Amino acid sequence: MKNTIITVSDVVTRYGNHVIHDGITLSVRRGEIYGLLGGSGSGKSTMLKAMIMLLRPQAGEVRVLGHNLLTVSRSDAAFLRHQWGVLFQAGALYSSLTVEENVGIKLHEYTDLPKALIRDIVRMKIAMVGLPEEAAALYPAELSGGMVKRAALARALAMDPELLFLDEPTSGLDPIGAEAFDNLILELREILGLTVVMVTHDLDSIWTIVDRFAVLGEHKVIAEGTLKEVIRNPHPIVRQFFGGARGQIRSRDGK
Amino acid sequence: MQSIRAQNAVIQWHKQNNGEILLKSSGDWMLDTLKDTANTLDEISRTNRNVHIRWEVADVGRIDSAGMMLFIRSYNMLKANNCTIEIIGAKSEHEKMYRLLCRYAPGASEDMPRFFSCFLKPFHGIGKSSVSFVLDFMEFLSFIGENFVNLLYALLHPSSIRFGAIVKNIEEAGVRAIPIVALTSFLIGVVIAYQGAVQLEKFGANIFIVDMIALSVTRELGPLITAIVVAGRTGSSYTAQLGVMKITEEIDAMRTMGFDPHRFLVLPRIMALMIALPLMIFFADIIGIGAGMFISHIHLHLSYAEFMHRLQKVLAEKHVWIGIFKGPFFAWLIASVGCFRGFQVSKSTESIGRYTTISVVNAIFLVIACDALFSVIFTELGI
Repeated sequence: MKNTIITVSDVVTRYGNHVIHDGITLSVRRGEIYGLLGGSGSGKSTMLKAMIMLLRPQAGEVRVLGHNLLTVSRSDAAFLRHQWGVLFQAGALYSSLTVEENVGIKLHEYTDLPKALIRDIVRMKIAMVGLPEEAAALYPAELSGGMVKRAALARALAMDPELLFLDEPTSGLDPIGAEAFDNLILELREILGLTVVMVTHDLDSIWTIVDRFAVLGEHKVIAEGTLKEVIRNPHPIVRQFFGGARGQIRSRDGK
Repeated sequence: MQSIRAQNAVIQWHKQNNGEILLKSSGDWMLDTLKDTANTLDEISRTNRNVHIRWEVADVGRIDSAGMMLFIRSYNMLKANNCTIEIIGAKSEHEKMYRLLCRYAPGASEDMPRFFSCFLKPFHGIGKSSVSFVLDFMEFLSFIGENFVNLLYALLHPSSIRFGAIVKNIEEAGVRAIPIVALTSFLIGVVIAYQGAVQLEKFGANIFIVDMIALSVTRELGPLITAIVVAGRTGSSYTAQLGVMKITEEIDAMRTMGFDPHRFLVLPRIMALMIALPLMIFFADIIGIGAGMFISHIHLHLSYAEFMHRLQKVLAEKHVWIGIFKGPFFAWLIASVGCFRGFQVSKSTESIGRYTTISVVNAIFLVIACDALFSVIFTELGI
C-alpha cells in the first residue's frame, strides 16, 4: 500500500436521481501516469472532481496522500491543495491576469520568496512547458488554444506539486500539438517526479504515455490495469473502445 | 504516509585566508523552506566579485525546482561577477535535475531603468488612451456606416426586415420596462412638485405649479429620465447579449450561414428601441404630470379640476411633441452604442463586464449631450 497515492473505494455519486457512479473502486500508484477513460457521460470528469474536492460523493471513500477527503480537516485540506496541480479542460486561466501572473499567483500568495526569484521560477516554468518568452506578458484572450493549455499546465506546475490532475489535456489540440503535449508530460514527470491522473479519450495518449488506466462505464469501473491487461478484457464497452476502426489501426501497428 | 517535515534550507559561508570563499548548503531546498536562504544567497552573489568559490552541496536533502532555480540563479550571478566556482559533492540525482532545469532557466533578467520609466509613465498612459480613443471612434464610425448601409437595404427591400425580431425586442425593451419607467417618472413628478410648491407658495403663485410641472416634464425630464433608465436597462442588455454571442462564436456562425449580424441582430434592436422609446416618453409624461397633480392637490390644495383647466391652457401640443421627437434620437444612440460595444467584446468573459459598463456610461453621456444640443437648437429656433 506504500506505493498507492490515491485510492477510491465504493464511491457513489448522484445528481438528484441521476446516478453517475455506483461503487467505483480504483487506485493510483506513485509515479505513474494514470488514465481515466470512458465514453461521454460516463462520469470520468466527475470522478476527477471528487479527487480534487470539487465534488463530494454521496458514499464511499476517496483517499489522497493518505487523507480521506470526506472527513479531511480544514488544515489538511489546505495542505492537500498545495500538493496538487490541476489542469482544467478549457485552461481556466484567470482572464484578468497575464500568463506570468497566472503562473506565479500561488507562489506570490503562499510563499515568501523574493520577487526576483519568483519571477525566475515563473519564467522557467513557462519555458518548461514550451511557451516562448514573449507569451509571459500576454493575457489569456490573446493566446491560441494550445498555448492556453500550456500556460495552464505551467500554472498547475508552479508549486512543484506531487500530483498533477489533467482534464482532457489533449482535447482541442491538433494531432501534432497533442503528441507534443504528451511528450511534454512524460518529460515533466521525468524532471519533477510527478504522479499524473488524466481524464482522456484520446486513444493515442493511452497508447503512448499512460501507464495504467481505468475504463468507466455503466456507473462502474469496467476494467483497470495496463493496456495489455485491459485490451484482453471481453467486456463489450472495452471491445467497442479498442475494437473500433481507430483502435484497430493502433492494435495492428503495435506500439 | 505523510511526507516528512522539510528541514529548513541553510547556507553558511566564510572567507578563508587565501581569499577563497567557502559556501556550504544543507537542509531541504524546497519552496517553503527557502526564504532566508534566498535572501542570503542574493546578498552573497551580489557582493562578491573576482574570487574563487568552493560550494559544498553534499548535505542538501530534497530539492525541488524552486530550490534548483535559486541555485542556478545564484550560480549564474556569481559567474557574471567574474567568480570561479567549484561545486563539491553534488548528488547524482541533483546533477540530473540541474542539467534538465538548466535548459529552461531564463537568461539574466534586466531590471527596467526605474527612474525614467516612472517619469514617463503618465505620458505613456495619456498617449495610449488617446490612440485607443481615436481608434474606438473610427471603429464606431465604420459600425454606424455599416449599419446605415443595412438600413438603406432594408428600406429598399422591406421584406428583408425582421418584423418578428422587432416586435420581440419592443416587448423586451419597451413593455417590460413600463413598471420601472412609471415608478421613476412618478417620483420625478413628486420631486418637482415638492420643490416648486415651496418656492411658489412664498409668492402665493400656487397655480403656476402647473406650468412648471407640465413644461419641465414634457420637454426635458420625461424624455431624459426615460432615456437614462432605458440606457441602463436595455443598452447594457444589448451589449451583454451580443457579447455572449460573440464569445460563443454564434455571430461567426451566423456570418458563415450568410445571416448578416447587422440585419438580424443590430437593425431589429435599433428599430425596436426607436419605436418603443417615444411611446415610453409619452407614457412617462402622463405619469409625471399625474404625480405632480397629486402632490399639488395634497400640498397646495389645488383641486384636480383647477389643475386640468390650467394644464389645457399652458401645455401647448408642441411641447409634448418636442419631448417625443427626441425619443428616436436617444433610442438610436443607446441602441447603436449598446450593439457596437457588444461587438467589441473579445474572447475573455471579463470583457463582457467591462464593455457593458462602458456601453452604459457612453450611452448616458451621449443622451445628455444630445439633449443639451437639442435645448440649444430649440431655443435658437424659438420653439
